[in-house]
Amino acid sequence: MTTAILPKVPVIRRGFRLQFEPVQNCHVLLYPEGMIKLNDSASEIFQQIDGSRSVGQIIVALRERFPDAPGIDEDILAFMEVASAQFWIELR
Amino acid sequence: MLSSGSSFAKPGHEAGPPLWLLAELTYRCPLQCPYCSNPLDFAQQGAELSTAEWIEVFRQARGLGAAQLGFSGGEPLVRQDLAELIKAARDLGYYTNLITSGIGLTEARIAEFAEAGLDHIQISFQAADEEVNNLLAGSKKAFAHKLAMARAVKAHGYPMVLNFVTHRHNIDNIERIIELCLELEADFVELATCQFYGWAELNRAGLLPTRAQLERAERITHQWRDKLAAENNPCKLIFVTPDYYEERPKACMNGWGNLFLDITPDGTALPCHSARQLPVQFPNVREHSIEHIWRHSFGFNRFRGDDWMPEPCRSCDEKHKDLGGCRCQAFMLTGDASNADPVCSKSAHHGVILAARQQADEAPLGLGDLQYRNDKASRIICKA
Repeated sequence: MTTAILPKVPVIRRGFRLQFEPVQNCHVLLYPEGMIKLNDSASEIFQQIDGSRSVGQIIVALRERFPDAPGIDEDILAFMEVASAQFWIELR
Repeated sequence: MLSSGSSFAKPGHEAGPPLWLLAELTYRCPLQCPYCSNPLDFAQQGAELSTAEWIEVFRQARGLGAAQLGFSGGEPLVRQDLAELIKAARDLGYYTNLITSGIGLTEARIAEFAEAGLDHIQISFQAADEEVNNLLAGSKKAFAHKLAMARAVKAHGYPMVLNFVTHRHNIDNIERIIELCLELEADFVELATCQFYGWAELNRAGLLPTRAQLERAERITHQWRDKLAAENNPCKLIFVTPDYYEERPKACMNGWGNLFLDITPDGTALPCHSARQLPVQFPNVREHSIEHIWRHSFGFNRFRGDDWMPEPCRSCDEKHKDLGGCRCQAFMLTGDASNADPVCSKSAHHGVILAARQQADEAPLGLGDLQYRNDKASRIICKA
C-alpha cells in the first residue's frame, strides 16, 4: 500500500455529487445518468472530502472519530486508490 | 389529483423506488431521425403538461425516492420553460440530465441552465461525418451546430455524454466516432446500436447491422478502451449491442415498474418509453398521484413478479435473471406481450429474429428507403 498519496488533496470529480437519500437511507454518489449506493465506511470517507483536506488529514480525522476501528489507515488509502482509478475523485 | 382507486399491487411483491425519472417534455423535435424511440402516433397525442404540472410530478416522484431526472423528448429545448423546470428539479435534490440533439442550444441557454443548476448535458449525434449526420437528422446544419455546442458545453464545465446511435450505415465508422468524441473531450461516450422500437422498428430492415459489422465495432471499441486505460484517460466508452444477436433476452428496464418511471408529454406514466403501444391501460398524472401510479395502478403492476408468465418462461430456470425479456418486443414480434421475448432461443417465435439477421446479411434496405420521423409520416402511418 502506497503512502505517496498522503499529502495529496482529494477532490470529487466535476459533475459528481455526494448526497444523502432518505428513501434509500444511505449516501449515494450521483453522476451523469448513474448512481452508486455507498456503504457506511465509503460514505464516511466521502464526507471528509472537501477539496482542502489532504488524505493524511482525512486519516487523522477519521482515526479520531473511530478510535476502535482496526486498520482504518489501510482502508482509507485503498478507498482513495479505487475512487481515483474509477475517476470518482481526483488526487491533486 | 386523485390518489384513490383500487389497488392492483401484487401481494408479496414489493416494488423498489422509482430511482430514475424520465420526463419526456414534448414530442416536438426539429430532427427526423428514422430510429426515433417516440411512438409512431406521436403527432396525435394529447396536450403537453404545463410547467406547474411538471414541477408537481417532480416533487411527488422525489418523495418516492427518484434521484436521477432526465429531461428528454422529442427535443426538450423546444420547451421555453426548460430553465424553470431545471431549477425546480435541482432545488428538489435531483441530479439533472439534459438529453438533447443540441439543436436549439445556444451559449446563452447553456449559461442559463448552468445558473439553474443543470448537472449534465448529453448531446446525441447521428454520425461522425457531416453528410451522413445531416441526412439522418433531416437537417443541413445539424452537424456543425452540434460540434459547436459540444465544445461550449465543455467550456462551461459540464460533464458531457456524447451519444451515437449506431446502425448499419454508420457503425463501420466507429473508429472515427470514438476519435471525434475524444477530440470533443467527452466524459462518457454511448455507442448505442439501435434498439428496435418506435420508428426504428418500422425501419429495422434498413438499420440492423450484420453480425460481422457488430463484432468489428465491438472489437475496435475494446482496443480503444485499453488505449484509454493505458493513458489514464477518464473517458468511458459504453457499447450497447442490439439484442437481435443474443440467444437470451435482456432483463428489460431491470424489471417492469422496478426503478424506471417515464412520464410522456401528455402526462401518461409508463414503465418504459415504448410501453405505450401495449394493449395495457396506463395511468395519467393528471388523474392520479405518482404514489398511486407506481404502487397501485394496473399498468405498473401488469408484469411485476412472474405469475403472468406462460411457457417457456414459467418453468425456465433463468426466468429471474432476464424476467422473460422485453414486453414490447414480445408484443411487436409475437402479438402477445406476455410471451417470451423472441430473442430467446427457447421462444417458439425465435424464427423472426433469425429472419431479421438473415435479411441484414442478404437483403437490407438502403439509406434512401428509411421512413423519416416527422409529423406527416406519423399522421399517415397512424391514420385511424
